[in-house]
Amino acid sequence: MSPGSNDILSQKERQALSAKKTALSRRAAITQALRRYFIEKDYLEVETPCLIPAPAPELHIDAVRAGEGFLHTSPELCMKRLLAAGYPKIFQICKCFRQGERGARHLPEFTLLEWYRSHTGYLELMDECEDLVAFVLEDLGLPPVLEFQGKTLDLQRPWPRLTVREAFERYASTPLEQALAGGRFDEIVAFDIEPSLGFPQPVFLHQYPSALAALARLSRQAPGYAERFELYAAGLELANAFSELTDPDEQKARFERELSKRKEQNQTVYPMPGKFLRSLPFMPESAGIALGVDRLVMLLSNQGEIDSVVSFTPEEL
Amino acid sequence: MYNASDLRKGLKILIDKEPYVVVDFQFTKPGKGQALYRCKLRNMINGIMIDRTYRSVDSFEPANLEQRKMQYLYNQEGHFYFMDLQSYDQSALSAEQVGDAKNYLIDNLEVDVLLFDGRPIGLTLPNFVDLLVTRADPWAKGDSVAGDSKPVTLETGYTLRVPPFIEEGIKITVDTRTGEYVTRVK
Repeated sequence: MSPGSNDILSQKERQALSAKKTALSRRAAITQALRRYFIEKDYLEVETPCLIPAPAPELHIDAVRAGEGFLHTSPELCMKRLLAAGYPKIFQICKCFRQGERGARHLPEFTLLEWYRSHTGYLELMDECEDLVAFVLEDLGLPPVLEFQGKTLDLQRPWPRLTVREAFERYASTPLEQALAGGRFDEIVAFDIEPSLGFPQPVFLHQYPSALAALARLSRQAPGYAERFELYAAGLELANAFSELTDPDEQKARFERELSKRKEQNQTVYPMPGKFLRSLPFMPESAGIALGVDRLVMLLSNQGEIDSVVSFTPEEL
Repeated sequence: MYNASDLRKGLKILIDKEPYVVVDFQFTKPGKGQALYRCKLRNMINGIMIDRTYRSVDSFEPANLEQRKMQYLYNQEGHFYFMDLQSYDQSALSAEQVGDAKNYLIDNLEVDVLLFDGRPIGLTLPNFVDLLVTRADPWAKGDSVAGDSKPVTLETGYTLRVPPFIEEGIKITVDTRTGEYVTRVK
């Protein structure tokens, strides 16, 4: 390599970083507004460890190994242990890690906002999502109707709600039951349904079949469904929420099922998170939600790719 | 064996016993759902493009492909014959497999022949090939439609536009990736 070529490469790298200035400033403003919202609503900000011995056993979420343990894929289990110990309203903004997730909307290291609230259900979290986004917009001085990748993003409340069944009827050519039986649910959601969801207003997709919610409580009103929703905006999956399962036996059985499926598929079999299970009987009825901060920044800064809203992608390191 | 997580542009895999190259690739995953890999693949034998969606549990055989340096010998009855520069074995490619590369095939030209399970399926030309101009009409100056170029025919029968000073009997360098004139060979 000639002496000049290092300088040219460095110049390109510095230019790429410099081009992200507007998006990174917006990112900082959004993170600070999120934090302010929860502080104003009397939530306690918590920090739980990234390095943990046992991630939540979920079939499709792969943890990154780190030393003797794993990097957390979400702070869920530790935050629920805090709920069980009598912390009724908590939030956390943290880096999470998921092996192999890399695409236009995925980074293997990404930022999640999780918040949990005792004595509440998942429907109240829908209202809180609307409230949170309205607060952030006001804090940033942004209008409620924005442009996102050439389309209108109307963030005015209230946002429509759509059941999973309705979404299949409206956007997919395969009926829900057939998709579930054939193991094609994810594929149809990702390719046929998701691209149409959340225009111009965000939408809450809810009433998930019970098989698709490892840590959610089953619905008391609608048997066979879980109290889970996903928030979509402009075709982006933004948040996932549950009324939390508090039955330790049911939770253990579900974890065992997920772990045995992981074993069948030759995936890493995680240790059972014993201390979490032991604390579950003491967890009050609660609801919790994880929101992708990088994706919220994409939406509010009109960036179609996740790479544009983080300072460094793994490839740029 | 490759896993779905190995999928990326340029990966060559076997599908229904034929070699395919991944030309486009998109990763997506519903938060709680399975990873999905949507791929566009090109059949390396017949060039046909297909779309496929793979999941994390899918695995693939690598395509057994090999590039060998060969020298072009001659063509006969719609087949082009090459000689392996190490083993001196002869291989043949059909006119279809050779495609537009026939415009640059002159005797003794060294090319990379692609073999799949030992069978030749295609070739890669050098980026630049020197070819003899076998026919050049005098330049009609003032022909504004044609601009400052004129058509010539090369020894392979290929015709292209060159600057007006190129005459019959001159050798020129052609870029095989674009089919365009590069320079006059001194």
